[in-house]
Amino acid sequence: MISVQNVRKVFPMGGAEFVALGGVDLSVAENEFVTIVGPSGCGKTTLLNILAGLETPTGGTALVDGTKINGPGPDRGVIFQQYALFPWLTVRKNVEFGLRTAGVGRVERRSRAQHFIDLVGLHDFADALPRTLSGGMKQRCAIARAYAVNPSILLMDEPFGAVDALTRVRLQEQLLQTWSQEKRTVVFITHDVDEAVFLANRVVVMAARPGRIVEIVDVDLPYPRNEELRLSPAFTALRNRVWSAVYHQEPVA
Amino acid sequence: MTLVQADAATATSDVPTGRRRRGVPKWVWNLLSLILGIGVWWGISLGGYDVPDPPTVAKRFGELLGDGTLEKDIVASLTRVLVGFVLGTAAAVPVGFLMGWYAPVRGLFEPWVQFLRTIPPLAILPLAVVLLGIGETPKIWVIFAAAFLACVIATLQGVVNVDPTLINAARVLGAKDGTIFVRVVVPASTPFILVGMRVGLGSAWATLVAAELIAAQEGLGYRMQAAQLYYDLPTIFVGLISIGVLGLLMDRGLLYAERRLTSWQERRQ
Repeated sequence: MISVQNVRKVFPMGGAEFVALGGVDLSVAENEFVTIVGPSGCGKTTLLNILAGLETPTGGTALVDGTKINGPGPDRGVIFQQYALFPWLTVRKNVEFGLRTAGVGRVERRSRAQHFIDLVGLHDFADALPRTLSGGMKQRCAIARAYAVNPSILLMDEPFGAVDALTRVRLQEQLLQTWSQEKRTVVFITHDVDEAVFLANRVVVMAARPGRIVEIVDVDLPYPRNEELRLSPAFTALRNRVWSAVYHQEPVA
Repeated sequence: MTLVQADAATATSDVPTGRRRRGVPKWVWNLLSLILGIGVWWGISLGGYDVPDPPTVAKRFGELLGDGTLEKDIVASLTRVLVGFVLGTAAAVPVGFLMGWYAPVRGLFEPWVQFLRTIPPLAILPLAVVLLGIGETPKIWVIFAAAFLACVIATLQGVVNVDPTLINAARVLGAKDGTIFVRVVVPASTPFILVGMRVGLGSAWATLVAAELIAAQEGLGYRMQAAQLYYDLPTIFVGLISIGVLGLLMDRGLLYAERRLTSWQERRQ
């Protein structure tokens, strides 16, 4: 359970200030899948980094399960857009990385890593180095690595931003499949409106200058979601609503 | 230095998958190049210039090898260079890491490293001879300095260039500073360190031979210096070729280690 209350983040910029987040309130329930969509500069990555503990808010509070966030922790897994796999480690060793830092024993480590490698469909590449993998496979490995330390929350920062459109659709379906088998609270950042609607229970629309939430759209579509749903009128209606919220934002006076 | 640059050009064609062109294998061309080179040399010596021809040099090579002079010189030179190089890199790697990791350490060391780097190691030799005498110590110190300066900068660069996303990825997976250092910063900067070691070895070797020209009782540089007094050109040639071959072998050894240790890197084909 995530609770963000009036969180502000201000970056100094030359002599002036850049207000990345100007007072954001958001609650995410346990095992909920929330996507955040908005134009660049709306502070969505800043918000995610605050939740990850990689940045501290200038004002307000960010709580996870009622406790104030203080630095990164194994309860929150992060998946980065640039994959951030350790290039000198095989897929298996990458997935085991967090388990090793947590001091999990060899045998246990191996079986847990194997479970998540299988879950994301990389069993044939478990001993391959990242340089031999495609972009989509790298991101699946990163997802397995985040899952392996068993976080209750997954924070994903435009994870499919760097792959082609076809791979992206497949990765979205695989992510939902993984999530339905291993439920977690997910906060997923994207600039792709279709992706935001397809994945989420709720879509949070943000705007820039200052970074803020302008609308939260409930997505009352059943899981499992598939191609049929993607082409349905209900999906299109929601998508159009989110689209206009993102692309027809009134600038604040 | 030139050795390293020459390798960078050949390195790309050493990649197994990079074998695009069929036909004559590369080693045939290399062999041909060697034969042509010797041919040109022979031509010059026949053309009336005061250069000994290949058979004369080969004969002198046999003589020096036969009476043990060449072996003794090689052992003397290699010992100096290896002791200086090993000490220099062993000191440079931790100092480079500390400079890259802790801003105050960098602030304290960097001006001196950058300043000393602009002084050719050989220029320190007169000072070293005056302060430390003409024994082994000044030569090893100068080689130490050459290897240290080349390697410390490369290590610093390696640490500074570690992708911050990788450090964040390790942090969110629960790693603390010590773990991040050992399991992310060290492996990520290994390629830079190995390049620095190769540059350092090249620089150490060049410095050594020159140092022996000035002050030594044995060694390849000393032998050439002595031969110069007697106008003994074949011995000078034997010295030059030995220096080149040994330098090349050492560089190849490090290149091999580099390829083994950093095979995970994404390389351009």
